[in-house]
Amino acid sequence: MIEVKNVDKSFGSNHVLKNVSAIFETGKTNMIIGASGSGKTVLMKSVIGLHRIDKGRIEYDGRNLPDMRMSEVRILRREVGMLFQGSALFDSNTVLENVMYPLEMFASTTKDEMVDRAVFCLKRVNLPEKSYKLAPSEISGGMQKRVAIARAIALQPTYLFCDEPNSGLDPKTSLIIDQLIHEVTHEFGITTVINSHDMNSVMEIGENIIFIDKGVKAWQGNNKDIFHVDNEALNDFVFASELFKKVKNANQ
Amino acid sequence: MKRVFTKPDRWKMFFRQFPKELEKLGLQSLPIVVIISVFIGFIMTMQTKLNSSNPLLPVYTTGLVTRDTLLLEFSSTILCLILAGKVGSNIASEIGTMRITEQIDALEIMGVNSANYLILPKIVAFVVMMPFLVIFSMALGLTGGYFVGILTNILTTGDYLSGIRYAFVPYYVFYSVIKSMYFAFIISSVAAYYGYYSYGGALDVGKSSTNAVVNGSVLILFFNILITKLMLN
Repeated sequence: MIEVKNVDKSFGSNHVLKNVSAIFETGKTNMIIGASGSGKTVLMKSVIGLHRIDKGRIEYDGRNLPDMRMSEVRILRREVGMLFQGSALFDSNTVLENVMYPLEMFASTTKDEMVDRAVFCLKRVNLPEKSYKLAPSEISGGMQKRVAIARAIALQPTYLFCDEPNSGLDPKTSLIIDQLIHEVTHEFGITTVINSHDMNSVMEIGENIIFIDKGVKAWQGNNKDIFHVDNEALNDFVFASELFKKVKNANQ
Repeated sequence: MKRVFTKPDRWKMFFRQFPKELEKLGLQSLPIVVIISVFIGFIMTMQTKLNSSNPLLPVYTTGLVTRDTLLLEFSSTILCLILAGKVGSNIASEIGTMRITEQIDALEIMGVNSANYLILPKIVAFVVMMPFLVIFSMALGLTGGYFVGILTNILTTGDYLSGIRYAFVPYYVFYSVIKSMYFAFIISSVAAYYGYYSYGGALDVGKSSTNAVVNGSVLILFFNILITKLMLN
């Protein structure tokens, strides 16, 4: 579980996060949603430690991230997997080498065991075997996301962060990636935090949703509660399209 | 700087990267070193001969001037200025692209010291490779000078060889090699700095690459004066 307590973050005079508190629960797909510029990416980067917060606490199962020294942060990060918006695969390595990288860096197992683990992760994300020897540039965007998920779970992380996992993907592939993240979260009991403004994902896998509006946590709930909320900013954001308005009306 | 020069997270990964960098930064620079050195040897010999036709000058003048120019400045300073363009832009654009495509963030999230993992093998490999490139350049330049003298019939073999052997100071080779190692450090570290702190998009990586080459070149010229003053005075 990750607890965010009274977090403030400013960039110069721009006060981005204002006293944000939230709980990201273990074994659930926790989603941070909000309009562009609302502060959701800053919140996620602050939780990971890529931004140093001005005030507050970020506790990973009781361990306060801002209090840690760099060496302690690095050790904590070995428990963290991350899926980046653009996949962030190492383009000089093959698909298999990408998944093996964290194992070679930190695991103390034999080479064969590392290969077995990497192949297991690639199979778990349903990646065809013929793609293992290909470079990231030779596979599709959806496959790149799957490789990134395989790399993120290679070291059996306790926490998984996904930044806009569906960005640039077609609706069908987005659904597959969402389902994959959801399955992996439940299967391995991971605390998953997803930063998204894809409403399909929110409705599909949002078990714990945190809505950020102008740097403030404006609402927290799940994908069932969201149909019965009278928060104006949330309704404007989530049910902006005619389709989602109809979905909301059908659910009420 | 402190994050770069720390003990690698895994020596195995360092020694896997190191030969790749030796090949990429050193061996792949050989073609340009060969072309530039041979042609500078050609032109140095021709220009010296054409501009020293006074019968009072000894016959070994051309070989002597060609040798000392190559040993003291060309094969270290000028070669490094050229490599600042080739290697500097390569390092800055590679690391810069990794930065803007979030590959460096991915390393950091995994708990890897990205500065150490990416930059240290490049600096060490280039510093190690540079003396070989410099000595190779010296040999090629002198050989080029010899062949142009013979082929254009402006020099005899004896005149040229006596010139390159006359009053030879072995310390000049040592001075040149040491100087070039400092320059290799400057080229790789300045380029890595600009690449690592790139932000934005492709245009910004291009700017980082240009800044790496320009600033690396200026620093080479500045340190050339400093090192020459320290080592030759």
